[in-house]
Amino acid sequence: MFKYFEPNKIFSITSKAPKYVLLLFIIVISIGLTEALILSPEDYKQSHSARIMYVHVPAAWICLGIFSMITFLSTIGYIFKIRNLFLISKSLAPSGFVFNIIALVTGSIWGKPTWGTWWAWDARITSMLILALFYLLYLIAWRIYDNDKAFKITSIISILGIINVPIIKYSVDWWNTLHQPASINILSKSSIHISMMYPLFIMTAAFALFSLLIFLMKYNTELIKIKNKGLDRL
Amino acid sequence: MINELLLMNGYGTYVWSAFSFTILCFTILYAVIKIQYSKEKEKFITKFGTLNSERAAIAKSQAINKEILSNTSIS
Repeated sequence: MFKYFEPNKIFSITSKAPKYVLLLFIIVISIGLTEALILSPEDYKQSHSARIMYVHVPAAWICLGIFSMITFLSTIGYIFKIRNLFLISKSLAPSGFVFNIIALVTGSIWGKPTWGTWWAWDARITSMLILALFYLLYLIAWRIYDNDKAFKITSIISILGIINVPIIKYSVDWWNTLHQPASINILSKSSIHISMMYPLFIMTAAFALFSLLIFLMKYNTELIKIKNKGLDRL
Repeated sequence: MINELLLMNGYGTYVWSAFSFTILCFTILYAVIKIQYSKEKEKFITKFGTLNSERAAIAKSQAINKEILSNTSIS
């Protein structure tokens, strides 16, 4: 099964896919922005400031999802010694980190009109900041160490960092935080109105497409880097 | 209508700055990754050009190298 993960097989797809993903991203983000900024209603309590949710929440969801994927792929890659899974993890990290920063900054901007402060050392916000530090460590480790050592170190960083992910998710339930509890629940009824849920899902789809685009471009870059080294050896 | 959209009951500064920051991050990340990609591809093409015909034939026998040399630009 693992032969399908070989770079030679994947590159023929990943080298052509970005232009289609970029086109789809532009279409979906245009619809998402129109819904989020114009068509969706203002919140009865927070008025228009609630619109920040349409960039803050998808960014937070995706940065958590990407970190979980990085940990999963790194662990499998380390156990079964599949180098390509490390390459995939490495290519996912830049967009995950940027989404983490977007979640923190837009959360801070939303905090000012809602809580009266740009920053609070609240459990949810602090744990998100810790995740950003793990992302940073992960990216730095790839820059500092050579391949074999980097595989080991980045796997350790991602495994340590994943402990923080359930803390982020349940921080609003475990502690009395300034941050509001989740409005969207898979298992129980969501407290968000459908008119706000649609734009939120469209923006999430747009953000997911953007991270896919960045992943594909980064992955292709990493493959060409390997091939460059191959040419040196010829 | 336009004023209402820009001011948003006094929350316009917050909403627009949050959306602008997001778009700015997207643009910077896209540009950085695109530059890295172009640089690596250019390096590959330059290196490939310096190979003698025998080595170039060996390199070209790999499917992935052929793909890189073909036009894979996304813009």
